[in-house]
Amino acid sequence: MAYFLETLIAGLFAGLMYGLVAIGFVLIYKASGVFNFAQGAMVFLAALVFVTLVERGINFWVAFAATSALMVLTAVVIEALVLRPLRNRDPLTLFMATLGLSFVIDGAAQFFLGTDVHMLDLGIEDIAQDYGGLFISWFDIVASLIVIALVVVLALVFSKTRMGVSLRAVADDTLAAQSIGIRLPVIWRIVWSVAGIVALIAGLLWGARQGVQYSLSLITLKALPVLIIGGFSSIPGAIVGGLIVGASEALADIYLGPLVNGSVSTWFAYILAVAFLLIRPAGLFGDRDIERV
Amino acid sequence: MTTIQDDILATGPAASIPSGSTLLRIAVIVAGLAIAFGVVPAIATDYWLSSIIIPTIVMGLAGISLNLLQGYAGLVSLGSAAFMSVGVFSAYNLILRVPGLPLPVVLLLAGLITAAVGIFFGLPALRIKGFYLGASTLGAQFFFQWLFTNYPWFSNESQSLTISAPRLVVFGYDLQSPVGRYLLVATVTALLIGLAFLVVKSRLGREWMAIRDMETAASVLGIRVARRKLQAYAVSSFFLGITGVLWGFAYLGTADAYTYNLDKSFQVLFIVLIGGTATIFGNFLGAAFIVLTPILLDHLVLAANVAYLSDQGAITNLQRVIFGVIIIFILIKEPDGLSAWIRRGVEALQTRFRS
Repeated sequence: MAYFLETLIAGLFAGLMYGLVAIGFVLIYKASGVFNFAQGAMVFLAALVFVTLVERGINFWVAFAATSALMVLTAVVIEALVLRPLRNRDPLTLFMATLGLSFVIDGAAQFFLGTDVHMLDLGIEDIAQDYGGLFISWFDIVASLIVIALVVVLALVFSKTRMGVSLRAVADDTLAAQSIGIRLPVIWRIVWSVAGIVALIAGLLWGARQGVQYSLSLITLKALPVLIIGGFSSIPGAIVGGLIVGASEALADIYLGPLVNGSVSTWFAYILAVAFLLIRPAGLFGDRDIERV
Repeated sequence: MTTIQDDILATGPAASIPSGSTLLRIAVIVAGLAIAFGVVPAIATDYWLSSIIIPTIVMGLAGISLNLLQGYAGLVSLGSAAFMSVGVFSAYNLILRVPGLPLPVVLLLAGLITAAVGIFFGLPALRIKGFYLGASTLGAQFFFQWLFTNYPWFSNESQSLTISAPRLVVFGYDLQSPVGRYLLVATVTALLIGLAFLVVKSRLGREWMAIRDMETAASVLGIRVARRKLQAYAVSSFFLGITGVLWGFAYLGTADAYTYNLDKSFQVLFIVLIGGTATIFGNFLGAAFIVLTPILLDHLVLAANVAYLSDQGAITNLQRVIFGVIIIFILIKEPDGLSAWIRRGVEALQTRFRS
């Protein structure tokens, strides 16, 4: 039983981290209707830049600020060179453009900063401690607190600030929002910047666990089923979807894996996502479109 | 948004030719076949055949396969390579376990097996729409990669999990040479292009386009949407299965699950988007782009003589950047894909003929 619970808890923590990457997707999808495959590349870029700065002896917070600034700059460049020329094009074209973008970001990051694996130490102890018979790592607890704090901040920004309201207006009805004077390019720049900073936080937490290396980019593939289960346009959905995927994946690996000759974590989340969709075609928190002829 | 009528008229370069010029169309087909089976094998070197022409044709065929599903029926797929791998592993096991089966039969059966698998993974399309379908096709992508690496039975218990191509013999003719492999690929491709045209021009193809453009309206008109969607998966997967066999047996000479990874699926998707959706010939332009760009970039790096500046890894990354930039550039500059070039060329020719 304790083993089951530990697996479950480890899975839930991993799921929160998937959710964190998924939030970046959701932000961009809501405001610009773009399914951003480059989100994983942004996580990798942010983590690599940060770790390079820290290794050169730069203070943690200075490095954090500098990397955030770089992510904002990246957002502005993407908006001007990719999004604006491609506006009003079909979602698949935009998706492929972000796939091209992920090649550019991954390639450029490794071209300038090298392909070495970097260790990243955030100064948070990563040793499992005994909490009433259950072994849980302090790092996991801190990481989840950070994720929860981030979700609360984002929720407040969206509901209380003027920018958040215009952002929701754009998400609701882009044309109507434009007609009352909301400037779309500005919204895009802001949203991609916020997604970039979320990517930085995700990159730090993931990078501290796995080392900063190219495989961080592939987190995108873990975040996809999370989004599908949670719905593309819901931030709570991203977190709930992340928890479901993380927990069930961990349990499936332990209990289903041995029956079928090996780890099932590469595809299990996708099959689970399809099963969810068959029951709720728009995801748990997604919007259902009304169709008229 | 274009109407259904427009799309039917604009299914490809051939369709944009007025119906009066059937003669011209036949001339184009005959010329194409003459070039494919007469001129190319006579003048192309072995290097060109093996490294450029064969992969371009096979990837073009992969593009056609996906285009049938995505361009015509409007169904998203991010797992084309998975179906290609089902094809090649089926063909390998058919040859292994049913001795004496002729190669054309093997290709046909491998296609049919893949079609059955395609229908299964297409089932969610009956309830799920749009981008969410990516989940099911990505599931197929990762599932088959896992299946073929975790169960060595599929690769005849080979240690490396790799399968190697059998001797390619058709009706007693040995097709091992580059020209032979080219002729095999060209023949299969020509037949499948013909089949693709028949499907697209048939009632099935027109109903796919109706579903793509407005599913609710299509079902109101009495089109059996569910059946048509599954047929789209079946036809597309049939094509992909055969394409997978050609890629493994006629191009690489070997295959394993990682030959058909997610990158390959995305390449097929690029071919469709860069070549142009809902066209048949545009796919070969897209395929040429995918096959030739890395080769050209290699030569460029050599010619620029910057290789001494940094290591091979840096060059690979630089190529990734350039490739990504080119893709974004084409997507921005040519919304209808490179096939728009052909269409414009054909139209220019026509005006010249008439004047």
